[in-house]
Amino acid sequence: MSERTERSEGREAMPGRLGVTSTVDTSPVKKAAPRSGLLAVARAPGWVRYALLAAGLLAALWLPNGLYPAVAVDILCWALFAVSVDLLLGFTGLMSFGHAAFWGTSAYVTGLVAIHAGLPFPAAVLVGALAAALLALPIGYLAVKRTGIYFAMVTLAFAQLVYYVANEWRSVTQGENGLQGVPRAFFGADLTDDYYFYYAILPIVLLGLLAAWRIVHSPFGRVLVGIRDNPARARALGYPVHRYKLTAFVLSGFLAGLGGGLFAVGHRFVSLDVLHWTTSGKAVIVVVLGGIGTLWGGVLGAALVVRLEDWLSFSGFEAIGLVTGGIFVLVVLLFRRGVWGTVAHLARRRGAARRE
Amino acid sequence: MSGFLQNTFNGLVGGAFYALLALGLAVIFGMLRVVNFAHGAFYMLGAFGAYVLLAEAGVPFWAALVIMPLALGLLGMALERAVIHRLTRLDPLYNFLLTFGLTLILQDLVKSRYGVQSSPYATPAELSGTVDFGLFDFPTYRVFILGFTVLLCAAVWWVLGRTRIGMVVRAATERPELTRAFGIDVGRWVTPVFGFGIALAGLAGVLAAPMRAVNPLMGADLIIVVFAVVVIGGLGSIFGSVAAGFGIGLIQAWGEAYLSDYPLVSQTVVFVVMAAVLLWRPAGLFGREEAPA
Repeated sequence: MSERTERSEGREAMPGRLGVTSTVDTSPVKKAAPRSGLLAVARAPGWVRYALLAAGLLAALWLPNGLYPAVAVDILCWALFAVSVDLLLGFTGLMSFGHAAFWGTSAYVTGLVAIHAGLPFPAAVLVGALAAALLALPIGYLAVKRTGIYFAMVTLAFAQLVYYVANEWRSVTQGENGLQGVPRAFFGADLTDDYYFYYAILPIVLLGLLAAWRIVHSPFGRVLVGIRDNPARARALGYPVHRYKLTAFVLSGFLAGLGGGLFAVGHRFVSLDVLHWTTSGKAVIVVVLGGIGTLWGGVLGAALVVRLEDWLSFSGFEAIGLVTGGIFVLVVLLFRRGVWGTVAHLARRRGAARRE
Repeated sequence: MSGFLQNTFNGLVGGAFYALLALGLAVIFGMLRVVNFAHGAFYMLGAFGAYVLLAEAGVPFWAALVIMPLALGLLGMALERAVIHRLTRLDPLYNFLLTFGLTLILQDLVKSRYGVQSSPYATPAELSGTVDFGLFDFPTYRVFILGFTVLLCAAVWWVLGRTRIGMVVRAATERPELTRAFGIDVGRWVTPVFGFGIALAGLAGVLAAPMRAVNPLMGADLIIVVFAVVVIGGLGSIFGSVAAGFGIGLIQAWGEAYLSDYPLVSQTVVFVVMAAVLLWRPAGLFGREEAPA
């Protein structure tokens, strides 16, 4: 059942990736599955891709000048989080509904390391992300035994386990008070102003995004897509499917941890919220809003959702869940391609019309 | 010995709630291939509805026990027709996301109206006091919950096994295409079955109201545990889901009683069991193997 539906998801939710396509067809799996989402992608001409990349970088450089720098920092962290979820959802066909476990674990570990060891913040974040990857290993090992909707339930349940542990382990996590006063140490540089902190973390975030892009476009990433589209065939071709999925899961956990660690340093505070199931759900909806399987769509989704929530809380609106939930329902009902996916779809249609 | 029996009894009562929720999840999943995240929210609405009916209209427990499941069942059927039904042809993950969104909405609606604090709900007078079992006393209300749930599960068992609608549901659960090929109109049963599953969640909520604190978040944490329960039992198996519900209730109660220095144990034991089941029988204790991946 889940096998079948995973494949149909591939067709329905993979609207194409304008601007990031370099579909060199290396994997034998791909050749065997000619109707998969990837091959249906229309390739944008090179200059469009570079123009988009340049525009994206310029926007990233400009961001804290146009928004509150604190909001801009949040957007960067959530962008990494969303991309890590999309790596699984869009390119491996696994919907993790428990990614808060990695985001939150890294936030706590980063916070603790920064407070107690006094390391510069990038080192603390790296330790946090490694801890998240380490946690992703057993969880992923168990979770990849199931697929589809079961995978979502299993990851959700394990994330809840992590939440309970953090809640009970008060001597370390300070329970409901949270970790306070996470420092932003960086070789004596003064990063207390969010404006400068934004530029300090931008290279790290860009590196993380680049890593995700490299993973997707490596031979390894091709195999993942092959597994997503047809797991039985990938297995018949001799690929150890479980091991590929687990590797993707751990890499994704690392990226989520990178985002979570930066989030902790950015807020100078870690609370149990970072591990809550609503955080996991929000990450998924950010990806769906941006466009599943588009990688950069998640960045857009993060920008939209973080900005919207900031605006709502600024205008004193209490029931944020009402809006977040409403977005969930509307996006899933009416806007399943997501922002990036819709744009890519329209561009592809125009391209096709011109060729005729 | 009497202490052990008492803990066992407590475990069965706790398990009864898991069983009711898991049963609803399982019939809905069987018929629609939808994992209803909002199941916990409907449980919460059941409890809150009973509380509001009593506090603002003086409607007693017994009436609420009938009104709330009916009302929520109707609401569930309306929701199925309005939104869920539009997504059933797609990947089940979309409906999971949709019902997740509905959960946030329902929770916040209740929260913005009544706040997050817990409200007490008085045990109905007929069921207060204790029953003497010789070796130990037990609150009458808990005995009632257990008896009621067991009867209800038996009734559902009978309906599924012995009636025409039960046969259709079982057939549609196990071989959807073949059932359609035989000319059986599965579609007309989808909405009622969804409503029935929701009504069970609402019923569990009303039953929980006198025993547990009524607050807008009571369903959210519970539903995640119930997800673990159905992974353990095997979501495709209705019997497995109910059995796993009672089993987890028992293990939690024993953990709470004998490892009371470690509150974490009873909270997390369900996830540990789930991990063990995933290692040993990934399809769940009573589930059938999926196509290998």
